[in-house]
Amino acid sequence: MLTATLVLTLLGLALGTLLALAARYMAVEDNNPMAKEIEQLLPGSQCGQCGFPGCGPAADAIATGEASVTCCPPGGRALAETLAKMLDIDLSTLGESPEPLLATIDESLCTGCTRCYKACPTDAIVGASKQIHVVVSEACTGCKQCVDTCPEDCISLHTPEVDLTRWHWHKPEAA
Amino acid sequence: MMLLGMGRFRGGVHPKTHKLDSRELAINTDVPLPPMLYLPLGQSTGDDALPLVEVGDRVLKGQKIARAGSRMSANLHAPTSGIIKDIKPVTMPHPSGLPANAIWLEPDGQEEWCELTPPADPYQLPHDELAGLVEEAGIVGMGGAIFPAAIKLRQGRRFEIKTFIVNGAECEPYLTTDDRLMCERAKEIVEGTKLVRHIIEAYRAVIAIEDNKPDAIKAIKEAAAGVGSIEVVIVPARYPMGSAKQLIQAVTGLEVPAGKRSNDIGVLVHNVATVYAIQQALTLGKPLISRVSTIAGNCTGQPQNLEALLGTPISHLFDVCGGLESKPARLLMGGPMMGQVLTTTDVPLIKGSSGLLALTQKEVNEHVPSPCIRCGKCVNACPMGLLPLEMARSSRQDDFDNAQEFGLRDCILCGSCAYVCPSHIPLVQYFEYAKGELRDRRSEADKLTLTKQLMEARNERMEAEKAAKLAAKQAKKKKDKPKRAAAEETSDSEATAAVAEGETES
Amino acid sequence: MSSNTSLGGASPHAHDRSGVNNIMFNVCLALAPVTAWGIFLWGLPALMMWVLCLVSAMAAEAFCLYLRQQPLSRLTDGSAMLTGWMLAMTLPPWCPWWVAVGGSAFAIIIGKQIYGGIGQNLFNPALLARIALLISFPVPLTTWIDPGVSPSFADAISIVFGQGPLSLANADAFTGATWLGDSKAAVKGGADMLEWLGANYSLHNGFVGQMRGSMGETSALLVLLGAAWLMFRRIISWHIPVALLGTLALLALVSSHTQPERFAGPMFHLLSGGAMIGAFFYATDYVTSPTTKQGQILFGIGAGAMIFAIRSWGGFPEAVAFGILFMNALTPLIDRVTKPRVYGRNRRGEAVAHVSAQRRVN
Repeated sequence: MLTATLVLTLLGLALGTLLALAARYMAVEDNNPMAKEIEQLLPGSQCGQCGFPGCGPAADAIATGEASVTCCPPGGRALAETLAKMLDIDLSTLGESPEPLLATIDESLCTGCTRCYKACPTDAIVGASKQIHVVVSEACTGCKQCVDTCPEDCISLHTPEVDLTRWHWHKPEAA
Repeated sequence: MMLLGMGRFRGGVHPKTHKLDSRELAINTDVPLPPMLYLPLGQSTGDDALPLVEVGDRVLKGQKIARAGSRMSANLHAPTSGIIKDIKPVTMPHPSGLPANAIWLEPDGQEEWCELTPPADPYQLPHDELAGLVEEAGIVGMGGAIFPAAIKLRQGRRFEIKTFIVNGAECEPYLTTDDRLMCERAKEIVEGTKLVRHIIEAYRAVIAIEDNKPDAIKAIKEAAAGVGSIEVVIVPARYPMGSAKQLIQAVTGLEVPAGKRSNDIGVLVHNVATVYAIQQALTLGKPLISRVSTIAGNCTGQPQNLEALLGTPISHLFDVCGGLESKPARLLMGGPMMGQVLTTTDVPLIKGSSGLLALTQKEVNEHVPSPCIRCGKCVNACPMGLLPLEMARSSRQDDFDNAQEFGLRDCILCGSCAYVCPSHIPLVQYFEYAKGELRDRRSEADKLTLTKQLMEARNERMEAEKAAKLAAKQAKKKKDKPKRAAAEETSDSEATAAVAEGETES
Repeated sequence: MSSNTSLGGASPHAHDRSGVNNIMFNVCLALAPVTAWGIFLWGLPALMMWVLCLVSAMAAEAFCLYLRQQPLSRLTDGSAMLTGWMLAMTLPPWCPWWVAVGGSAFAIIIGKQIYGGIGQNLFNPALLARIALLISFPVPLTTWIDPGVSPSFADAISIVFGQGPLSLANADAFTGATWLGDSKAAVKGGADMLEWLGANYSLHNGFVGQMRGSMGETSALLVLLGAAWLMFRRIISWHIPVALLGTLALLALVSSHTQPERFAGPMFHLLSGGAMIGAFFYATDYVTSPTTKQGQILFGIGAGAMIFAIRSWGGFPEAVAFGILFMNALTPLIDRVTKPRVYGRNRRGEAVAHVSAQRRVN
């Protein structure tokens, strides 16, 4: 009886000490290294559509769980799912991702002032001074910076139209 | 070992063929000209073709009116002589019912051919030039794949093709176009087979026909009798025998390795109708301007096989067949197993339209789906050895990685699984949905990569501009000391502004 | 984004006309001969028990569908009725009403709906309920009636809705153990199996079904008739039944040859207890058996071996339900290891090797 008590006590003490030591020396750094990795994945256009001042702060927020992995519209569903996998979030709990947006310039109003063109973080607007500018939709992230700088209010954001190449069958209604 | 695999592939189904209505009917080549032809610019894989004509131009029959928009697309020719009325969107023969750009051609009834320049003896021409002629003729895979035939020929040139298979399986129910083509134009098909074999220098040419087409087999055998080294192979009638992978397995016993093309194992497959079109191009110089299509289904007055000009409105073709007797439950382009739903008959006939079906609810037999009972019929029916029930479950949960793993990556969308599912689960739609979503993901990821590259390029440029500005300022400083105070003021504020901008954007 | 039809819309636009309710209907049809035979042998109480099982299973299903806010039209798929029917086939023909009702409710609620309804359950609901009943209420579940005893209507009422068959004055005269139970007890008591077989067993009676047992299990002939129908309609395939019965017969053959005084031969095993009906009707349940042919053969072999092992060395005389349920638990694993080989890939999922046909010259 005594031996058993003694052995168990000693075992408890030894393992407890081991745990304490492990907690001390093998602790994960508090400033989350995940945030850095996440930032690498984010578009990096600092567009602020997520509600954070830039991709860095957004990455911090995603890493700590303050922001949803679906918060980045330019990244789309693909990014959200990559992040969810990285952070071990169940895909089925993700919910809908926000639709990505594209900018278009109303050609009848554009004066060719080049302000939007300079503001665009991805060089998605082409044009020259005094000429009508055009948005290259492949490069546009819908960051809205051009909309804010346009003095003529001629840029608007819209969800991209579905065409034949983008169309696919919707999910069947569950049985 | 190869012998054991002959004529067989895993799974498959035996759908009711419904071919009796039209298999005995000779191809009707006498379809009256419609008032307008609509020629969509996107009739092949790859980018849309680029118009070579302007509104108001008069074009001749067979004249090239649009050129391939990219390597993977094909030329387009005027199916008849007439006036270009417009270049604007029409509703496409596609389940989305979305519009796409098309050339509107008003026939003038003259049927005036442009000058055709067939080669005197195609066998004297270099192989590549022959492939070029096929490319020029705008020929695409006529079984529905709409992949440019010339590209396949050129790819075939790069490989040692042991077996060239002409696909005369036509395993889709209702469709009898290939059957009739083989019965009526066997000589041309044999000649086309010879030409293709010559172009790709294949060791062996096989015309594979399902055993439920005795007339076609007889006609082709007779036509091939005089011509050396063209074999006619009779394959058992089983869906999807007409799928290239399954036909290759049935004829050669070989499997196309995952992620590879048939070329890699020394096999090339072309559809019977494609081979016919190639023969027309190489011996008569005729571009692809018409095709044979089966009009059938219980809502069709009188089913027919007819050869119609590309761009003919489908409503016109149904009218030729006695009109629609009742409102079809399903209007289809292609066969019932893999065909696409059409939203309306106001769409044009295109290069890939092997059939137009107006089916009743009884023929479609669609039911409200019920839960999966794991009967495993789909697993046994799958010709690819996949697990359709698991693929559908993963797709429903948007777990596309798992769906891929269970077989979505190898799925040919043949529909055998959904055909046998007692729960009427729209399995193929789940797979189409999952494949579409995966495509979306890929394009989003590509865009993200592009965005990052553009960002970096821009930042580098901004840095360089800033450095250049600083250098200029320094130079100015030295030269222009008296004006220094004022100059520094402005360029300093510019520099700080640039730095601030750079920070928010990096 | 989507088509204008309310239902699917993607290909294929044809169907082989099979349906879930059609399958269930055919299984019921295939069970009809053995059911009729059971009613013929044991009269009104058996009929009442059978009706009770059907009705209460459907009521339980309706209740669950209501709770889960699913359309009551789901009842028309026939699966609940079939579950009740299949439970009835496994019960002693004169068992009291609460066994039938409680068992059916257990089968539907615990055996099926708890998992998420049709297609989701791990175990065959009818067998699960039978085992639960057997363990909870061993006496009514092992009160077997002599074949051909037909009570009056009043007696039938008092058997089913009263105290059960044992309350009848002369119960001992027409109740007893099954062959399997009898032979097991005899061998345990030191008797010779060969002698016991000689004294009690009749191949003819086993085949036709003139013996004590569960309502649906006695007649191998009529089970085979139903099974032939199901195979003809391509609702079941031969893989599971043949593998199961073959394994059982083989093990019985080998052991009866080596120790004939302890073990009975293959025909005895095949024709007694629920081996036949179990192999053709319960082991082939779609939901709880493997989906691939190889998996089904594995499943059958495993179930056959389990049945023989439990019959020979286990605590219960009958083992078909245990054997099948045990393999039900292994079904997900079997499905995983017997995935078919994908076209163009090897078993490990890698692309098959090939000799590249790249042209060297040119």
